[in-house]
Amino acid sequence: MNLNDLAPLYAELSLAVLSMILLVYGVLQKKGEIARKVAYGGCFALIIAGMFLYASPHDQDVRLLNGMFVHDGFGVFVKTLILIGTGAALMMSIQYMYDEGFARFEYVVLFLLSALGMMLMVSAGNLLGLYMGLELQSLSLYVLAAIRRDSIKSAEAGMKYFVLGALSSGMLLFGISLIYGFTGSIDFVAIGEYAASENALSNAGLLFGMVFVIAALAFKISAVPFHMWTPDVYEGAPTSVSAYFAMVPKLAAVALIIRLLMGPFDGLAEQWQQIMWLMAAASILWGGFAGIAQTSIKRMLAYSSIANIGFALIGLACADEQGIGATLVYMALYMVMTAGAFCVVLYIRRDGLAAERIEDLAGLSQTNRYLAYVMAFFMFSMSGIPPLAGFFGKLVILQAAVAADLYVLAVIGVVGSVVACFYYLRVIKVMFFDEAEQALDKSESKARHFVVTLCALIVLLFIVKPEPLINFAMHAAQMIS
Amino acid sequence: MFDLPVLSLMTFLPLVGVLFIVSVRGSNEEVSARNAKNTALFTSLFTVALAVYLAVQFDVSDAGFQFVEKYSWFPSLGISYYMGVDGISLFFVLLSAMLVPICILASWHAIKKRVKEYMIAFLVLESLMIGTFCALDSFLFYVFFEAVLIPMFIIIGVWGGPRRVYSAYKFFLYTLLGSVLMLVALLTLYVQLGTSDIPTLMENPVARDLQIWLWLAVFASFAVKMPMWPVHTWLPDAHVEAPTAGSVILAGVLLKMGGYGFLRFSLPMFPEASELFAPMVFWLSVIAIIYTSLVALVQEDMKKLIAYSSVAHMGYVTLGIFTATTQGIEGGIFQMISHGLISGALFLSVGVIYDRLHTREINRYGGIVKNMPKYATVFMILMLGSVGLPGTSGFVGEFLTLVGVYQVNTLVAVFAATGLILGAPYMLYLYRRVVFGKQMNDDAAKMSDLTKREMTLFVPLVALVLYLGIFPGYVMDRLHPSVDRLITLYESGLQKGEERRLAALSGDASTVAQIKPAAGMSEQEVTFVPAIAPSYAGKEDLPMPIINYNE
Repeated sequence: MNLNDLAPLYAELSLAVLSMILLVYGVLQKKGEIARKVAYGGCFALIIAGMFLYASPHDQDVRLLNGMFVHDGFGVFVKTLILIGTGAALMMSIQYMYDEGFARFEYVVLFLLSALGMMLMVSAGNLLGLYMGLELQSLSLYVLAAIRRDSIKSAEAGMKYFVLGALSSGMLLFGISLIYGFTGSIDFVAIGEYAASENALSNAGLLFGMVFVIAALAFKISAVPFHMWTPDVYEGAPTSVSAYFAMVPKLAAVALIIRLLMGPFDGLAEQWQQIMWLMAAASILWGGFAGIAQTSIKRMLAYSSIANIGFALIGLACADEQGIGATLVYMALYMVMTAGAFCVVLYIRRDGLAAERIEDLAGLSQTNRYLAYVMAFFMFSMSGIPPLAGFFGKLVILQAAVAADLYVLAVIGVVGSVVACFYYLRVIKVMFFDEAEQALDKSESKARHFVVTLCALIVLLFIVKPEPLINFAMHAAQMIS
Repeated sequence: MFDLPVLSLMTFLPLVGVLFIVSVRGSNEEVSARNAKNTALFTSLFTVALAVYLAVQFDVSDAGFQFVEKYSWFPSLGISYYMGVDGISLFFVLLSAMLVPICILASWHAIKKRVKEYMIAFLVLESLMIGTFCALDSFLFYVFFEAVLIPMFIIIGVWGGPRRVYSAYKFFLYTLLGSVLMLVALLTLYVQLGTSDIPTLMENPVARDLQIWLWLAVFASFAVKMPMWPVHTWLPDAHVEAPTAGSVILAGVLLKMGGYGFLRFSLPMFPEASELFAPMVFWLSVIAIIYTSLVALVQEDMKKLIAYSSVAHMGYVTLGIFTATTQGIEGGIFQMISHGLISGALFLSVGVIYDRLHTREINRYGGIVKNMPKYATVFMILMLGSVGLPGTSGFVGEFLTLVGVYQVNTLVAVFAATGLILGAPYMLYLYRRVVFGKQMNDDAAKMSDLTKREMTLFVPLVALVLYLGIFPGYVMDRLHPSVDRLITLYESGLQKGEERRLAALSGDASTVAQIKPAAGMSEQEVTFVPAIAPSYAGKEDLPMPIINYNE
């Protein structure tokens, strides 16, 4: 095989090679702030991967390695977001690693490896490619959740995540073997042809296999009823890791679901639409109501992420190009808002200790005006109040739902968003209406400041020029469906 | 005439003021507060100047939209930046522009903490209010309409009274729940007709079954905003807790967004549903008028009393609008303008004595006519305006509304007229207890009369209340062509519905709605259909999809 044929894989290859180099560098280096240097190296590696991604041809479907790897416009869109999201999460982490005392260079390498896994899984062209990509990212994430290994909470989070993740992997493998057994192939194209044929519907094995695969992936995106690990893991894991969990792996898993449903299982759309409908409605309502009772801001954001995934699933329940495009737009905007909100949480430190209750934000508008306003933007945006970016995410999703005649789901969505609004407003209430507490510790992290400012600007100014992102996403959706 | 984008200037000028306030720093807290106040006042006065220009340049004979601006904004979703005013929205724009400087001036000494943010909130609010009334794209309208919640939530929550948090939440969540349902309705309209242009939507009513659902969804939003009985309970809470200027804006402009919405959306876009639901609206309005008048009678808190009176007055507005007669609609609009002036000024007068005594309890005052004669005069004119005495603007609106209602439903007219009588006692009683009687409270007896600053606040409002009461012609001349056009649209909508029903009976589906260009638009603009929306362009012979809710 000619090396040039592998051009679409260069992004992944470069990321793999660079992360190995960083690993070796970290091991050999003896003194100095190794983790910080490796983190900068990690950001550099992500940029290199991004450049290769853009140098590769994007307007056609390229299938490599006997169909195991698919390169298309959809993949490029999602991978761009993965790289940006991972970069942002890394930049947020640098100072936090030192503050919390888990500054190890492995942290960065694991970030890169999980990003690599995600990139591979959204490009999967057959069930094995899917499984390997998914496991690469999952295993890296289990370790990340437990990286503060001397903290009981972090270890517990890692354990919970691992056990439930292993369960979902088991379900995934079971589903894959059913599908392979009943269709005779692991290749998406071949399965797609079979699923579109007449006898697919009477093939209970294929349907069961599909349901198992969807259930396993629903664990990864924490859609209700497979969400129970989310609040505990978010609470226990270091905040920077929770931020990463909320932003990137969710996006990648949603993209993988899209690839599966619009690819091999396209012919079974009527079957999986019901699953998506139910998961969307349940996630929105559960995420909305259960979030109200939370006192920890990380748990609250976990429920918020559940509700937001519900919204993204509305687009999937539409099972058409417009719906997929809407889901992609929604996930991209959600990533920005979540990154910003978690970034603000990283700032909340008093006397060198992280404060994680919502009450700890009290009077922030007096002690740190900038942070309070920025957080208010993120919270209003997540509630879907115009003119902030979150509103447009909801707008495209609801439009797709209405266009697909899913009126009931649209109404459940908007009502759920009003319910969720209650806890977003509480954050604003605490920051603006309550009396000031002791001031926060001064933060010296320029990288974190950069991320939070950038997110705030995107949220605030998205209304001025919404077109590029929407066109990009719609184009990606066109490629996949 | 059309070279100056007045509407955009008016909408975004306050935001420029916000930028100034954010960027200008004072050497200390006091200086920066003074800078913020001056900038805010200057910006809002400049907006008033633009409003005057708008009013002068407005073409009285034109029934359509004027000062139109249209730019592509969100082409893939078919949302454009589309602004314009007609005779109906003109006065709401003027009212918003006029009340904001008054509010800023009213808060000059009353607001002591976080002055900078307060001024920013008011300017943002002004920008959003003007935008709401100018928007001619349904999504643009929604963006402005909904965004108003943010500054208002902050204003109530930060500078409000003791129960501010509860009230701010209630205000926000109540109105939000209504609005999001409207969003779904707007999206449905957009998907059905492939456009979000308000003028085009007004001329192409959808099928009757769908109209009913959409009407209900839109009603949920505007009825809460209005507010109509029984979803009015957020209003007394919000008014009582909001700072004076917040109440003025709330009563003066935000409530009018509901009425404006009925006029722009419910009536022309869903004529058949409006006709169907009109009796329900009538009875809800009558209940609102009578019930809230009685409730107002027993209030001990001045602000709460005026808040309940607002609900009663808004009852006349909904009553007038849904008669779909010229007098009724014009009366409703006039009532809104007049109520905006009168209740705004009433809240200001409560604010005046609240600033001196820091209580809103009626019993803590009494006999203040002796030490505050100027105040007593101003308050009297406003009180009589609220009662609807001939010669004040309150009379014109209520009278026209009743004329309109009488043509449609005599029984409702009887009840509404009874409500008019009930409206008098609570205001007169309030006036007697506060202004006349023995001076029982020493501190109340020592209050000083209106200062120059306070007089400046009241003079334009009182002058307008009297002017419009005696010469309603200025408003009526401008309203009339647009209201006529609205009624024409409504009636042609009903007729189209009738034709459609007959066509469906005879089994011919081809006459089902097609998109026709709105007045003043070329064919091309209409056939522009966004890429991802279902396109009906060039397929005019296909029937529009009609949703069957029985499935």
